[in-house]
Amino acid sequence: MTWDWNAVGDFMPMFWHGLLVTLEALALGALLAFTLGLVWAVLQRSEHAVVRWPVTAVTEFVRNTPLLVQLFFLFYVLPEWGLTLSALSTGVIGLGLHYSTYTAEVYRAGIDGVPAGQWEAATALSLPRPRTWFAVILPQAIRRVAPALGNYVVAMLKDTPMIFVIGVLEMLGEARQYSAQTFHTVEPITIVGIAFILISYPASLLLRVLERRLVR
Amino acid sequence: MSADSNLSKESAAVTAANPAVDGSELIRFDKVTKRFGSNTVLDSLDFTVSSGKHVTLIGPSGSGKTTILRLLMTLTRPDEGTIKVDGDYLTHEERGGGLVPAGEKHVREVRKKIGMVFQQFNLFPNMKVMRNITEAPVHVLGLSADEAEARARELLELVGLTEHADKYPTQLSGGQQQRVAIARALAMRPQVLLLDEVTSALDPELVAGVLDVLRDIAHTTDITMLCVTHEMNFARDISDDVLMFDAGRVIESGSPEKIFSEPDHERTRQFLSAVL
Repeated sequence: MTWDWNAVGDFMPMFWHGLLVTLEALALGALLAFTLGLVWAVLQRSEHAVVRWPVTAVTEFVRNTPLLVQLFFLFYVLPEWGLTLSALSTGVIGLGLHYSTYTAEVYRAGIDGVPAGQWEAATALSLPRPRTWFAVILPQAIRRVAPALGNYVVAMLKDTPMIFVIGVLEMLGEARQYSAQTFHTVEPITIVGIAFILISYPASLLLRVLERRLVR
Repeated sequence: MSADSNLSKESAAVTAANPAVDGSELIRFDKVTKRFGSNTVLDSLDFTVSSGKHVTLIGPSGSGKTTILRLLMTLTRPDEGTIKVDGDYLTHEERGGGLVPAGEKHVREVRKKIGMVFQQFNLFPNMKVMRNITEAPVHVLGLSADEAEARARELLELVGLTEHADKYPTQLSGGQQQRVAIARALAMRPQVLLLDEVTSALDPELVAGVLDVLRDIAHTTDITMLCVTHEMNFARDISDDVLMFDAGRVIESGSPEKIFSEPDHERTRQFLSAVL
């Protein structure tokens, strides 16, 4: 096996494109996971069982089935039902939905960690429910769990290559396409691997700093 | 009370929204029973508090004093019996001639007449002192930000913390935090202020500052106070009535002079000799 620097130079334009798509999928997927996870977590604190249990059913189902299967399902089955989305949108929804079931657990831990006295003070002041959530409980809960949420972004980054299976040309997709065209495999795959570690390791270090700052 | 004096009262920092200081009945517990598991904390309790009075609940721990405050604040619900505040049922509604458990909206309306200060302060740590005080007046009473801030500044002056408005609660001492909590409760202009062992979590040297503020409020306003405390000197100083609790019942009540000097019950005497 030989290392061809020309192949490296050749691959770079495709790599940059793939990197952009990876980061786009990650950013949108994380946004969706954070938002949807919060919705799950708050609904699971509802006093009505009719609200709690469907949410539990959905989140347990999604968490306990593989992301890969979910991606295939979204990509091949949804169009049958008349819902056609681009590959990237489908990938973002798959990643976001899957990870929302993990972030929901993180939020839940954060919410449980807010002292009962905070709820009692909000009741004593007659603060409306939504106000209690958004002004009192969630700011305290999220501050505590921000580093844990960040860890899931890193984990999600490492799962983004999965959306290549539904045809999204993110970093791995570009590498595979390049090697299919040129029969150079080692160079593009190596570059993609290096790119992952160059992004995720500093991100992990940053999260550790964040953890020291926020979680007292 | 003339319309004029009503007006001037309304503008004072601490005045109930609807000042009715004619000694009429403000709180009534009617055969209230509260159990936690097999433990009956309140046993068919009857008692009333007249408007404007300062009532202190004393008794051994576990005798149900704090539960009374928590019932009034709707932090817990009675198993049996009814509670009335200013003539309205707190946890029930009258419908079709009968009593049904009250909806959230009804509870909210009645509860607005009540404010509470907690043992652990329970300030919102994510908000500065000013916003701790203005949050509920803005979002519950519908005051404008300016009105709420003006009200908060008056109250901060009352509790002697004017210069701390822009700090976070954790930057304050326990005594200062508790004084902010008092200001926060008063900002809603409640008719009744519930004080739940408000000095128990404080370092001894910080207790006096908090009690001074409460004494000031008790002596200069007509707010009704219901107070659970182990500070017997404070209780003697501000109370119109003292209720002695034991095992979920009021076993004795009367003026502080009577209860602290010549109680009728042996149990009261025992308790006082243990805490004084």
